[in-house]
Amino acid sequence: MPKDGGIGASSKRREDVRFLTGAGNYTDDINVNGQTYAWFIRSDVAHGKINSIDTSAAQAMDGVLKVFTAADFESAGGIPCGWQVTDRHGQPMQEPKHPILAEGKVRHVGDPIACVVAETLEQARDAAEAVEIDIEELEPVLDMKAALAEDAPKVHDELTSNLCYDWGFVEENKEAVDEAIKNAAHVVTLELTNNRLVANPMEPRVAVADYSRARDEYTLYTTSQNPHVIRLLMGAFVLSIPEHKLRVVAPDVGGGFGSKIYHYAEEAFVTHASKVVNRPVKWTSTRSEAFISDAHGRDHKTKIELALDENHMFTAVRTDTYANMGAYLSTFAPSIPTWLHGTLMAGNYKTPVIYVNVKAVFTNTTPVDAYRGAGRPEATYQLERVIDKAARELGVDPAELRRKNFIKPEEFPYDTPVAVTYDTGNYHATLDKALEMTDYAGFEKRAEESKARGKLRGYGLAHFIEACGIAPSNLVGQLGARAGLYESATVRVNATGGITVMTGSHSHGQGHETSFAQVVADMIGIDEGMIEIEHGDTANTPMGMGTYGSRSIAVGGSAMVRATEKIINKAKKIAAHLMEASESDIELKDGQFSVAGTDKSVAWGDVTLAAYVPHNYPLEEIEPGLEETAFYDPSNFTYPSGAYVCEVEVDPETGKVEVLGFTAADDFGNVVNPMIVEGQVHGGVAQGIGQALMENCAYDENGQLISASYMDYTMPRADDMPMFDVDHSCQTPCTHNPLGVKGCGEAGAIGSPPAVVNAVIDALHRGGYTNVEHIDMPVTPARVWAAMNS
Amino acid sequence: MKVTMTVNGQTRTGEVEGRTLLSSFLRENLGLTGTHVGCDTSQCGACVVHVDGKDVKACTMFAAECEGAEVATIEGQSAPDGTLNKIQQAFQDYHGLQCGFCTPGMVMTAAALLRDNPTPTEAEVREYLEGNICRCTGYHNIVRAILAASGQEVPAVAAE
Repeated sequence: MPKDGGIGASSKRREDVRFLTGAGNYTDDINVNGQTYAWFIRSDVAHGKINSIDTSAAQAMDGVLKVFTAADFESAGGIPCGWQVTDRHGQPMQEPKHPILAEGKVRHVGDPIACVVAETLEQARDAAEAVEIDIEELEPVLDMKAALAEDAPKVHDELTSNLCYDWGFVEENKEAVDEAIKNAAHVVTLELTNNRLVANPMEPRVAVADYSRARDEYTLYTTSQNPHVIRLLMGAFVLSIPEHKLRVVAPDVGGGFGSKIYHYAEEAFVTHASKVVNRPVKWTSTRSEAFISDAHGRDHKTKIELALDENHMFTAVRTDTYANMGAYLSTFAPSIPTWLHGTLMAGNYKTPVIYVNVKAVFTNTTPVDAYRGAGRPEATYQLERVIDKAARELGVDPAELRRKNFIKPEEFPYDTPVAVTYDTGNYHATLDKALEMTDYAGFEKRAEESKARGKLRGYGLAHFIEACGIAPSNLVGQLGARAGLYESATVRVNATGGITVMTGSHSHGQGHETSFAQVVADMIGIDEGMIEIEHGDTANTPMGMGTYGSRSIAVGGSAMVRATEKIINKAKKIAAHLMEASESDIELKDGQFSVAGTDKSVAWGDVTLAAYVPHNYPLEEIEPGLEETAFYDPSNFTYPSGAYVCEVEVDPETGKVEVLGFTAADDFGNVVNPMIVEGQVHGGVAQGIGQALMENCAYDENGQLISASYMDYTMPRADDMPMFDVDHSCQTPCTHNPLGVKGCGEAGAIGSPPAVVNAVIDALHRGGYTNVEHIDMPVTPARVWAAMNS
Repeated sequence: MKVTMTVNGQTRTGEVEGRTLLSSFLRENLGLTGTHVGCDTSQCGACVVHVDGKDVKACTMFAAECEGAEVATIEGQSAPDGTLNKIQQAFQDYHGLQCGFCTPGMVMTAAALLRDNPTPTEAEVREYLEGNICRCTGYHNIVRAILAASGQEVPAVAAE
């Protein structure tokens, strides 16, 4: 029987009512009295020297308050990077300045050069047309390998080259890996591209700043996944505003997928400009701006080698990756191809030695940072593609090859050779589940049916692991993070028993207002409706690190559990006093405190009232009131895993791939709200199918992003997607957090691209196109057709 | 110039420029911020409203073109006492929304579909949603919600 409330129940989302009635409060819905409007003038060339900017005509136009250029930000710092990677030789990465408005040079199409602030948006936009900018075009660097040539033009003149870092991991294993590959019975090699993507949350970014001269305080409303992080980065590093004078609010946010983690120049711009013009300043991104100014994702070029012994056991993995940083370092960019990628190269397998080399490169393109999965999809894709290729070359069943190399259920906790310890898992279970759900045994018959209709049917399998619940602060500190990655929660119990939870996690579609309430309700045994979840405002939530890396329930939820445990402990003391019993005899069940072995009890509401009306209260022992805060810093990552299967049909006449079915068997550990978890998987899988078949950032030879609108960048639409079959019944609970949860937000986007591409290659081989070893994503009809006819 | 139209049953008047889009008029002049703007190429469908009974992307019309028109937005979809209509309720019941940004357009598009085709097939639902992009749900639960709102059986592929 499904539960009707608490942990494990598919409670309907309370936030839906406001979203379904037009009553949401997104940042663009916020209008502050007296607000002005900002319009950015952005570079339309990829690389150029700014000879002059003449703002005089624009400045004189109706409604214009001020035209800003870099000269107005001389006292400000650059946009900071939150992670410093150390290279193979022990040297810190090259870290160029990232100005708010371009200083002397423009480095990518979309780089902001100037900004008009005017009374109306139309006036700002009109005046922007009148700003005269003389740019001398320079040769752009676009290709990563070409960017590393000795004579390549430099994106940043002050750096020694376009190389951000050359990272090796685990450097001590390099020789052992080389040796293992040299001596292997089989070595399977694959070169592939992990295509550059745009996250494309449906809500474009918006920032509204309101400086109060009367109070000398700033308020910034912004489309962020982590308002505290923005407050810290912008306040401490860019504008020198102490945190108590800066409030950052991220209200309802219309999706993020990583792209709203970062501190962006536009946020610092409006905050500073609001003080200068002494009026609120609002900026709303157009979708066209979003394509060239939101941080992009992925963009790796990789060569992977998998060594196997004569029994088909993996003996080594070596991977060489070029990772595009774009023109500047976005907030967490350096960590993605390194610590979020290299540490996952063991996958679900017992490969004894692994070496990962990553060269991060500056190019004249939009900055690249985390996008749903971030580093882990790149690791999973290359590994699961090369394993499939190995199975084909060796003539063995791809499921069987994976199974025999899996870490066995009894081998956990398992130390990988890439520095992480998987606490728990059962990969055999998820694999078996996916094969069962997809009727693996019946595939040949289905393939025959397709063949009879002139179609090529393919079955693609991928297994994945990810590191979520980001992250132990002491560990990431050693790895170069310039932040802690704990989470916080304050649980405020009101006198009549209702509860307000203030969490540092941020919900932008994940449904925390519902699922977090389920956890607290379950712990106390009261109705979910008695609990309200507040988030997204630095003024009323404790210092938190926000939502990304599938961390909310695992880290934020754990903080909330710890705070609730403190509440329960104190409430038990009060209950013991009220019932004149020993605290150790007090039990809490279904919202009733009782004395063990007696019929004495007091209700939750009696205890909470006593806390705030302490007439009969142990005042000599405990304070009145019932409010507790906890910070939770995880001791390890969590490791969700799963088996994904995609079944496709390829039309040999056109090369068009149709996804017939997609199946996901995930192990997320314990699950709080199955309905929400399944929805997260659906969305992630859709993004993964989008990456595999449709989506791509295409730059031309001049550095123009030619897929920079929904006319050109192929977003998955309803008729591109199948119904999904998802399962999360294989559960090995996390061993180190109080809820036993692992996180589910990114899994879908991690496991699905290799499943799709494996299915396409399988279909082509079954159709006799055995020369096709690989097709780069997106696997468009044109690419399939070209591969078939090569 | 001045423009007058009926919005969710009420006569509304506002001052606009010739270039003012209906989406801007609804959001900025009337404060009806439930109609969302997710792109600038009339591709995403977050701004779908009904004009004289037809589903229209509000970014594809000038406000001035709507002189005298009957406009319906997401704010006018639930009952006067706030009870969700059957499409809205089905979206909640079937988890047909996550971040909520595309949702107003999805609900208004679904309403137009079910008015013209009260019992669409799954394929017809997907086809009709061609002009509405959702980045969160993979459309799975949106399609199920619309089928449920039409009173039809909902595909049971997903585990409940």
